[in-house]
Amino acid sequence: MNFDRELDARGLNCPLPILRAKKALGEMTSGQTLRIIATDPGSVKDFAAFAKQTGNELLSSAENNKEFEFYIKRK
Amino acid sequence: MSTNPEIEELINKRLDELLPQKLDALLQEREESKTPSMAIIATKGTLDWAYPPFILASTAAALGWDVTVFFTFYGLQLVKKDVSDLKVSPLGNPGMPMKMPFGPDWFKSINWNIPNIVQAGIPGFESVATSLMQQTIKNNGVAGIAELRELSQEAGVKFVVCQMTVELFGFSHDDFVEGMDYVGAASFLPVAQKADVTLFI
Repeated sequence: MNFDRELDARGLNCPLPILRAKKALGEMTSGQTLRIIATDPGSVKDFAAFAKQTGNELLSSAENNKEFEFYIKRK
Repeated sequence: MSTNPEIEELINKRLDELLPQKLDALLQEREESKTPSMAIIATKGTLDWAYPPFILASTAAALGWDVTVFFTFYGLQLVKKDVSDLKVSPLGNPGMPMKMPFGPDWFKSINWNIPNIVQAGIPGFESVATSLMQQTIKNNGVAGIAELRELSQEAGVKFVVCQMTVELFGFSHDDFVEGMDYVGAASFLPVAQKADVTLFI
């Protein structure tokens, strides 16, 4: 999947991945996509809730090798 | 002019059907357009209790909420310029695991069950426990308090400080970080009244 910006949130724990993602999205323009890599297992549900609440679209959420990959499209 | 009772009954029946639907739609619209808000009272001044207010405040701000944190009593420690001296005490806190943040996994998993009477008697026990906690926080990729506080302020969280306790404990405004409002309970309560979430921590 294409993306405009990437956020490496590996090794970070709650709530840092969300806070960093929010900051990154704030610096992007509407319609752009942010790719996030995280290792915090709680981030799967947290990014879903974050997207739902903020209106940014969670395009995909996947796990591979104990890493979690999210694509969020800025509203 | 007299109303035809049949027409009136029909109108009433129709209104009874339509009004709840209309009301539901309006309420939902209002709910969706409203910015959620949270008001937190932070009253504790230890390293462990510094986390909940800042984690919740910064996360709520990231979700787009309006957030106000009212710091009072020992909570004043959390807005001092230097928070590197916040301490945690396992004394009188049976819920706190005492585990070592270094060494092989089998060693790290041991829970050191140290009786309160021993903790109270060893000078410097609190300092040791605090540095172990700080190391554990670092090892786990958990943010420091200063960082979470900065992120909260950057995200627009409003910090208000209880002026009465500032005076009570002999602090001056210079002791605290920039961007504070110094107020009393009468200023905070109307904020809490309108908040969707209010927490006493």
